[in-house]
Amino acid sequence: MKVNSISDLRAWKEKCPKKIDYKINVLVCNGTSCMSSDSEMIIKMMEKELTTHKLDFEIRVIKTGCFGFCGQGPIIKIEPDDVTYVQVKVEDVQEIVESHLMNQTVVSRLLYQEPDQTDNVHQSSGMKFYKKQMRIALRNCGEIDPEDIEQYIVNDGYLALAKVLEEQTPEEVIDVMKKSGLRGRGGGGFYTGLKWELTRKVKSNEKYIICNADEGDPGAFMDRSILEGDPHSILEAMMIAGYAIGANHGLVYIRAEYGVATSRLRKAIKDANEVGLIGNNIFGTDFSFHIEIKLGAGAFVCGEETALIRSMEGFRGEPDRKPPFPSEHGFRDKPSSVNNVETFANVPAIILNGAEWFSEIGTKYSKGTKVFALAGQIRNNGLVEVPMGTTFKEIIYDIGGGHPEGKEIKAIQIGGPSGGVITKDYFDTQIDYDSLINMGAMMGSGGMIIMDEDNDMVQIAKFYLDFTQDESCGKCTPCRIGTKRMYEILERLVNMEGNPEDLERLRVLGENIKNTSLCGLGQTAPNPVLSTMKYFREEYEAYAYRTKKTAYSINPKLCVGCTKCARNCPVDCIEGKVREVHFIDETKCIACGACYDACPVNAVIKP
Amino acid sequence: MRKKILDMTTLDKNLLKELDAYIDSLVGDKKEHLIHVLHKAQELFSYLPQNLQLYVARALDLSGARVNGVVTFYSFFNENPVGKYTISVCMGTACFVKGADKVLNRVIELTGTNKNEMSEDGLFTIKDVRCIGACGLAPVMTINDKVYGKVKPNDVDDIIRHYRGREHESK
Repeated sequence: MKVNSISDLRAWKEKCPKKIDYKINVLVCNGTSCMSSDSEMIIKMMEKELTTHKLDFEIRVIKTGCFGFCGQGPIIKIEPDDVTYVQVKVEDVQEIVESHLMNQTVVSRLLYQEPDQTDNVHQSSGMKFYKKQMRIALRNCGEIDPEDIEQYIVNDGYLALAKVLEEQTPEEVIDVMKKSGLRGRGGGGFYTGLKWELTRKVKSNEKYIICNADEGDPGAFMDRSILEGDPHSILEAMMIAGYAIGANHGLVYIRAEYGVATSRLRKAIKDANEVGLIGNNIFGTDFSFHIEIKLGAGAFVCGEETALIRSMEGFRGEPDRKPPFPSEHGFRDKPSSVNNVETFANVPAIILNGAEWFSEIGTKYSKGTKVFALAGQIRNNGLVEVPMGTTFKEIIYDIGGGHPEGKEIKAIQIGGPSGGVITKDYFDTQIDYDSLINMGAMMGSGGMIIMDEDNDMVQIAKFYLDFTQDESCGKCTPCRIGTKRMYEILERLVNMEGNPEDLERLRVLGENIKNTSLCGLGQTAPNPVLSTMKYFREEYEAYAYRTKKTAYSINPKLCVGCTKCARNCPVDCIEGKVREVHFIDETKCIACGACYDACPVNAVIKP
Repeated sequence: MRKKILDMTTLDKNLLKELDAYIDSLVGDKKEHLIHVLHKAQELFSYLPQNLQLYVARALDLSGARVNGVVTFYSFFNENPVGKYTISVCMGTACFVKGADKVLNRVIELTGTNKNEMSEDGLFTIKDVRCIGACGLAPVMTINDKVYGKVKPNDVDDIIRHYRGREHESK
């Protein structure tokens, strides 16, 4: 197969096998999360069973990317029946084949059960997790086999590229992007169309399109899922961007930790190259584009675009002063446009459906959808994509299913080490770039960590500071020394060695670091501390005035006297007889939490 | 002392040949590919001792200091030998709020090794790593490429025993 013209692509699309060519399609999630719970074995087993029953001609197994419902993995979806099975084990495969696929009897015990209902969910489209979602960036994730270019082609793949090359001038492409209102999904929220325009205007014989796949925020994994589930859409978008700014080279800077994503991306580049969708004279036009992969090596600061460019050039990933911006002096000192994975994933959809379609979704200044990664104390861990302007409440309770044990959710941390906390008073706020900034947080890449009353906010802030002071590249003083000093103050506080003046010291130091650091990492590093100090001052004061309770205790009303806590206590400070209420000697307790973990009836109370 | 550390003749000749072949295959300005070359070198030698760093520097016409600067900047590169199995405990936020620190402590306790060190028997290296993006399975631990999700401190015993047992059998 060689695609020499747009009509070649259309003809190929007609010939590609489609889902309706099969009686049944069995979609098995093969994202990193599900793979770690044996989804590959499940796929092998499924294929073997189908061959044994001679069903492999009418039933097709598709190894897809992430469905987003990661906490319930491995996931299997049966189409067109619209049935989703959760937490499937290798042993369940035979039953699914013999019962559902051969006798049309759904295996109810493997269906998902909503927390507030007794019946299992038969139709996946009826699942609350999916109901409020709107999938644009994730449109193909969990739908197609990412390693099969034909399945991407069937879903209008590369048609957006065809459209711009056939019908639009580069200026018109930029105009569409500007009108759509798409903003960078990597954190800052800069308008994508404007970024492209700035790079286009600079005259140079060589320009670069860079895809920032250095997703470093702990708790965010949307970029990895897109690369694993739909790599061709990123390649297509990079070429559209290349055409718009006048670049012929694209580079994807990806974390070395993302092995599966890297290998799928490599395969996608190879496949697209082989058929001529990447290379010289694409679709027979005079537009040529080449894409290569650059590996990172584990440095958070490399997500900052100037540091990323230094790293791609083979240097230590230290950021540079801006301006000049990469749009003028970027990779190899040439004009470069750095865009994040999720941003790119939106581009082909915008080109095909038009700017108006996209700009009707979302809020006034934040258009389209945003992918959030839900993690922490929430029932449905995973990836969700919702229109901008959705409230926290809808995300946590309607989609996320609330707290796994029904406890009260105290706060949400959003934006990772650069972001802040949102308290429950603000859960009705519509989420967009600007509302988050107003609340002292930021979009970041969209990681949401849900926290309940057991989570100590000072410890959480300390955790983030530990991260940023370790990842500080050391180039500028406020970040290198300042974050370290902040961390030391926090450490002193949690060790009950601090004093009330430390709180003011933290605040002043934090403000100074924000105002004087060189790059985004330093300028946002104090945010987790400043925002938790603002909303949970009493937790800081408990440490600063050394009134914080540090020992565990037992709720006598709940204790059943099973003795598990006493047996697990490393310092033997729990007393009590079998079937009688136990007591913790608070003077000896070292707050290790062993009793808390051991208790089967949640009778142990955290300090 | 210095001479001994930077003696490049002690490096495995066959592996060096493979590394040379990789460097030869690179197109364009080879200096720009330093990080990729170091990835390849670490894949071949399992870690990057200083003499190997110097070898890479000479091959790419860079200074040893420049290469060492890059190696020490990025956490993915090891300057010290690593065990047969690298146990990485994810310290991302999701894992942290779900008790990853307790898992890590248990690993340290059971292997008798500290973070970023190799156990005496050469079997394990312990690392606390940045978010590996499997937050739905928090807390997460990986041993080489195998991912263990929803790990409880007690599960660690079985997992470590499994790897020790495997080693025992192969002997």
